[in-house]
Amino acid sequence: MIVANPKPISEILDMIKDLKKILILGCKGCVTVCNVGGAKEVGILASTLKIARIKGGNPVDITERTLERQCDPEYIAQVKDIVHDFDGVISMACGVGPQFLSEAYPKQRFFPAVDTTFFGGAVQHGIWAERCAGCGTCIIHYFDGMCPIARCSKSLMNGPCGGSAGGKCEISKDVDCIWDMIVRKKMEQGRLDDLVRFKPSKDWRTARDGGPRRSIREELVI
Amino acid sequence: MSDLRSGSNLEKVLKAGHFAFTGECGPPKGANLEHLKEKFMPLKDIVDAVNITDNQTAVVRMSSWAASTILIQNGLEPNFQMVCRDRNRLAIQSDILGVYAMGVRNMLCLSGDHQSFGNHPQAKNVYDIDSMQLIALVKKMRDEGKFMNDEEIDGPPRLFIGAASNPFADPFEFRVYRLAMKIAAGADFIQTQCIYNMKKFREFMKMAVDMGLHEKCHILAGVTPMKSVGMAQYMAKSVPGMDVPEALIQRLRDAGKGKVAEEGIKFAIEQIEEFKEMEGVAGVHLMAIEWEHRVPEIAERAGMLPRPKI
Ligand code: SF4
Ligand code: SF4
Repeated sequence: MIVANPKPISEILDMIKDLKKILILGCKGCVTVCNVGGAKEVGILASTLKIARIKGGNPVDITERTLERQCDPEYIAQVKDIVHDFDGVISMACGVGPQFLSEAYPKQRFFPAVDTTFFGGAVQHGIWAERCAGCGTCIIHYFDGMCPIARCSKSLMNGPCGGSAGGKCEISKDVDCIWDMIVRKKMEQGRLDDLVRFKPSKDWRTARDGGPRRSIREELVI
Repeated sequence: MSDLRSGSNLEKVLKAGHFAFTGECGPPKGANLEHLKEKFMPLKDIVDAVNITDNQTAVVRMSSWAASTILIQNGLEPNFQMVCRDRNRLAIQSDILGVYAMGVRNMLCLSGDHQSFGNHPQAKNVYDIDSMQLIALVKKMRDEGKFMNDEEIDGPPRLFIGAASNPFADPFEFRVYRLAMKIAAGADFIQTQCIYNMKKFREFMKMAVDMGLHEKCHILAGVTPMKSVGMAQYMAKSVPGMDVPEALIQRLRDAGKGKVAEEGIKFAIEQIEEFKEMEGVAGVHLMAIEWEHRVPEIAERAGMLPRPKI
């Protein structure tokens, strides 16, 4: 899923300081699963902002809604009758949400409430970790299903570098060295030949480096 | 000697079967030419080539290519270092052509320390290609006369290709294979990470020799003399992939006040003496960090002088 972190309240307060009437829009997709932008978090953000604004002598009127998803025009359309009743709209979805909203309602202003971070999952309760960088040409079959593009700090295709120590990456003892895992698994399974094969450089055109991307599936285009 | 790949002094020394001796110089944090000269002039005629680091530890310094050309102007041979952290394949290839045109003949291909170590941790992390791919690229440019995209190069760069090896990083059992990969990719010579754990290095070299790697490539053993107990402790604890045995730290401590640096140099000299005899080791790479002015003395005492003139 797409993982995100809540933005600091001070940053959100600053974005909306001149607005009197706002809509907070949650999303029932990934951000609900990673506990950052679902109905529950919409409620918490609304009360936090209201209290802070009352304290500052500048109360704000807040309406709460949560959509099925914000990455789909069909659900975005569900707020068409109310979206213009507000001075501004805070989206609690990933970075896609405020943008789909802005495209659908060019006259309204939209603000992000989360910092979208990565594609990953929960590795334990309350901790999420990155697994994929969306490079557009998946190569993890060479690495037994582990991704050095997203998980090696240097995206090495022929690792591990000289900084790998005790299973940890050179950048921090809190970061696992994915190359250590790749090497150990291959060596345990006696697939050294596979490991020592030179991996040529990657064609980054399918990644963000090739410019903004689109996926076109002809059979589905109407 | 007709089969010289680059014609660099380092290549000639190694191919003539001499025990090579390379030094290192980190360019200054500024355009201070005098400071740069102060660092490299003590190495003149003392080493066969001088590594010029490339924004080492991810701290911005004068560019390695510019400093390399200044060495050439002053009659020293540089070993131009390039890391993959800061340049994409366009910049990498154009810098390779540029340094060659300016007279550089040795190049060391590295991944580079992650930018989080340095003084611009906010920087974008490039790594368009990795060090293995960089080695293969320099070889392709030299031997096939082609760019990465297969287009012809008008005047291919003839460089002596170096790579690094860290026998002390993990997983240890894989390190010798990674060295073999670098050699297969095109490395002509290898400079290892600073060695302190001699036992482990002997083990590593034995594996390398058993695999015949020393016959395909010149392996230079990395030596950095310890200046203080604090430096030894810092390296032991805070430098990932560095192996400093407690016994060495104790030996430095036992040397007593005012005598630690001398003990550090003594250990380095003992190491060099052992490397001269060790099967598969073709030379020493002395990285005397901020201690360049002590190199002539260390070289003299280790019996590395005079350097061969070829
Ligand atoms: S190789 Fe690319 S697509 Fe596959 S997991 Fe890694 S970043 Fe994602
Ligand atoms: S320590 Fe491991 S994960 Fe970190 S940069 Fe090196 S190879 Fe990549």
